[in-house]
Amino acid sequence: MSLSSLNLPVVAPVITLSLTGFVIVGVSLIWSKVSRHVFLLLSLLGLGLSFWFTTSLWNSNTIAFGGMVVADNYALFFNFIFLISAALSMLLSQGEHEQGHLLNAEYFALMLFATVGMVLMAAGSNLLVLFLGLETLSISLYVLAGIKRTEPKSLEAAFKYFLLGAFSSAFLLYGIAFIYGVTGSLSLRYISNFISSAPLASQPLLLLGGLLVVAGLGFKVVMFPFHMWAPDVYEGAATPVTAFMATGSKAAAFAALLRVLHSLFDGASTDWMVILSVLAVLTMFVGNLAAIAQANVKRMLAYSSVAHAGYVLIGLIAWSDAGTAGVLFYLLVYMFMTVGAFAVLSFLSSRQSEFVMLDDFRGLAFRKPAVALAMAVFMFSLAGLPPTAGFVGKFYLFSAAVKAGHTPLVVFAVVNSVISLYYYLGVVVMMFMRKTLRTLSIPPTVPLIACALLVAVLASCALGLFPSYLMDTIEHFAVHLL
Amino acid sequence: MIVPTSYYLFLGGILFTIGVVGVLTRRNAIVIFMSIELMLNAVNLTLVSFSNHLNSLEGQVFVFFVMVVAAAEVAVGLALVVAIFRTKNTVNVDEFNLLKW
Repeated sequence: MSLSSLNLPVVAPVITLSLTGFVIVGVSLIWSKVSRHVFLLLSLLGLGLSFWFTTSLWNSNTIAFGGMVVADNYALFFNFIFLISAALSMLLSQGEHEQGHLLNAEYFALMLFATVGMVLMAAGSNLLVLFLGLETLSISLYVLAGIKRTEPKSLEAAFKYFLLGAFSSAFLLYGIAFIYGVTGSLSLRYISNFISSAPLASQPLLLLGGLLVVAGLGFKVVMFPFHMWAPDVYEGAATPVTAFMATGSKAAAFAALLRVLHSLFDGASTDWMVILSVLAVLTMFVGNLAAIAQANVKRMLAYSSVAHAGYVLIGLIAWSDAGTAGVLFYLLVYMFMTVGAFAVLSFLSSRQSEFVMLDDFRGLAFRKPAVALAMAVFMFSLAGLPPTAGFVGKFYLFSAAVKAGHTPLVVFAVVNSVISLYYYLGVVVMMFMRKTLRTLSIPPTVPLIACALLVAVLASCALGLFPSYLMDTIEHFAVHLL
Repeated sequence: MIVPTSYYLFLGGILFTIGVVGVLTRRNAIVIFMSIELMLNAVNLTLVSFSNHLNSLEGQVFVFFVMVVAAAEVAVGLALVVAIFRTKNTVNVDEFNLLKW
């Protein structure tokens, strides 16, 4: 195989990110006295270049490495989500609370390597690439979760994440082994051809393989029986890492899940829909009911992340182009509002104390009106109130499901949205209608975090007010999964 | 005498189950970790026997990648175990209880 047949330009976004990561590690080795801002600058440069390469590949629909990696618009759209999420999370690391842990070279290098894994997960059309992407992502995230290595909480989070993550990837692998054994190939396109000639239901081993793969990826998207790690890890990890984990790795896992499911089932297999529907409903209820009881906002956002995985699953279950488009739109929107909510926490955490308890938010509107307003926008958006982006995203997901005849599922989802209002609005009530009890000192404004906040607020509003520009594009390409 | 493929698959299944049971019942972090390795190796065995059965090399190539990933995971995992032992003086997972609701 010659070099040109590898079609390297298709993986240019990945190569850029990896090289930037290596350069950062190299620079930190050679010049130990280099200013910390250099790493941030280099990372943002790498992410920007990768972004530019992704843009230039738009609409090219090419494959590379003999069809192992594809650059369809579906994968490229996910690239945008990952890159923006990584960039915003890196900006958050400038907060005062994170000084000392997160400004080292390894933080930035690992963030970039994790992004590489995400990009490969969305672009892989071979189970091998998908697995490698998942592991690149996971192993980087295990280290990132424990990057505050003097803090017992952070270490505990990293260790829990590691054990459960390794456990779940073993299931994923076993599932891949079965799929390979029955179909004789790891290529998703080959598998989908095989299955259209021999239906899934007649192949128990293939069904088992599919279930195991869904379980393995379900762990990463934080789906119901596999969600136990999320609250602990989200709470223990540093806030910027949590923001990245909650948005990027969830989106990557959904990208892979959608691709795998599309090749494993050709539409009308109702057994699968029933299993996924039950899981989606349970995921929403467990997430929302547990979130109500939380006093720690990071933990509350973790349970809300579980619930949101349930909403996105509904778009997946709709199994239509509109459903897929809804999933893509929602994951983008979810990224902005969740990173935004974590940015507020980063913004307010001082060197001594982390600003995470619900009580800390008491009377925030009188101390920091602009930040309180931003937090309110994110909470409204997460709850799905108009005119924010969260509302439009949910509307697309649910309307696709109704069109596909899953009305009972949507009823459950709406009930859940109402439940979620309780704890999202709880934060807003704390900020605007309660008096401050004990005052945590609020650190001086860090301009970079303020930038990240502003971007997130603007995106959450703009995507809510003018969703159709973006949605038209997404609907156009969601039809063609290479 | 040629051993049929199904024997290898059953062996893989049994090893995988032992690994799962080990993860769920043991309390020592290192033993849990070893059980996960056992699960990965059960998968490797399954992949190799499928690969042999199907006369295709893809499965064996996959095994190499699984081994590489397992090695990387061991490196990170043991580093975490060491770090956590330094702060807590134990590797019993029941005592990792700072984070709960």
